[in-house]
Amino acid sequence: MNFNATLIGQMITFILLVAFTMKYIWPPLMQAMQDRQKRIAEGLASAERGVREQELASAKAAETLREAKKQVAEIITQAQKRANEIVEQSKNDARDEGQRQLETAKAEIDQEMNRAREQLRKQVAAIAVEAAGKILGREVDAKANARLVNDLVAQL
Amino acid sequence: MTEGGTPSSTEYILHHLTPLHVGHGFWTVHLDTLLVSMALGVFFCWLFWKAARHATSGVPGGLQNFVEILIDFVDTQVKDSFHGRNPLIGPLALTIFVWVWLWNFMDLIPVDLIPSIMGALGVGHFKVVPSTDLNSTFALSLSVIFLVYFYSIKVKGAGGFTKEIFTQPFGIWFCPFNVLLRIVEDVAKPISLGLRLFGNMYAGELIFILIALLPWWIQFTLSWPWAAFHLIIITLQAFIFMVLTIVYLSMAHEDH
Repeated sequence: MNFNATLIGQMITFILLVAFTMKYIWPPLMQAMQDRQKRIAEGLASAERGVREQELASAKAAETLREAKKQVAEIITQAQKRANEIVEQSKNDARDEGQRQLETAKAEIDQEMNRAREQLRKQVAAIAVEAAGKILGREVDAKANARLVNDLVAQL
Repeated sequence: MTEGGTPSSTEYILHHLTPLHVGHGFWTVHLDTLLVSMALGVFFCWLFWKAARHATSGVPGGLQNFVEILIDFVDTQVKDSFHGRNPLIGPLALTIFVWVWLWNFMDLIPVDLIPSIMGALGVGHFKVVPSTDLNSTFALSLSVIFLVYFYSIKVKGAGGFTKEIFTQPFGIWFCPFNVLLRIVEDVAKPISLGLRLFGNMYAGELIFILIALLPWWIQFTLSWPWAAFHLIIITLQAFIFMVLTIVYLSMAHEDH
């Protein structure tokens, strides 16, 4: 058990092992571990960001919903008002139209009545003249008594 | 076992503690230490390279998970005591931890298994635990000390390094004392580093060998607890070696 050339041999093996480890083992594994660390950190960060964005989005969605409800309420109120207006206007229109038609009808009736009255008057005059003639037994000169007859008729 | 009959206890223990060696004098080479270390080193490189080649920053597989746990563990230790930037120190610490652990783990293989197989193949001696060989532990500790000197001079410059030797820790007026302290410290560092690992593993191996001398029906009462305890020791020793390496190197980087 003493020192000899084995020591040199072991040193050479040791140097080769360290060189191999330094070149082919340590760097790639270290790199992989660091990369993974970075990826995990990034993943956690983006997850957090995602949660925050989601919160923001849902807050925004709630806000939008509230606004939309308000608008809907406004629109409905306006629509009801408009509907009332339209109904009111329709009623007025209908009333006016009815009035107009009534007046037209009345005018027509009046016209008709006047015409009928005129005709009747003429017939009455004729009948009066004929009746007078019959009563008197002779021919009444219609022309001579025209003025009289007309006055009579006008009195009807 | 030795040829002819049952060996005595002394023969049995000595047989287990004799390495497979070739050459004479300094140029003796312990083939068992070298081959087992290389095989474990290749296994370590192969396993970790397999994980590193398919390394993904997505969801890691089982092997990558295991390797990443080790690397993260080592990296934490490095970051705790080393505050500079040095691309060597992490891989160095990882290599030391895993390699030394694998060396020590050979201690948990039944003491007679591999020597018996090797004996059947015609190889007389085979010590399977590289960390029970002083050459292995001192190869590591001397390499570490070499790196300590290298980085001391690189970071502080030759002038700064010399100044540190003469003026630390008690100022220029105590310079002989400072130098003496420095010599003791620098001698103690590699020796304590190498001997601690060697001593623990050698003692552990020896106790396994002694347990193996007991009658076969009683062995499990001692071997199992010792193996369980030793599992902690081998990890602890690998860890201590790694942490001290990091500490020494970080001291080398510190400018006073």
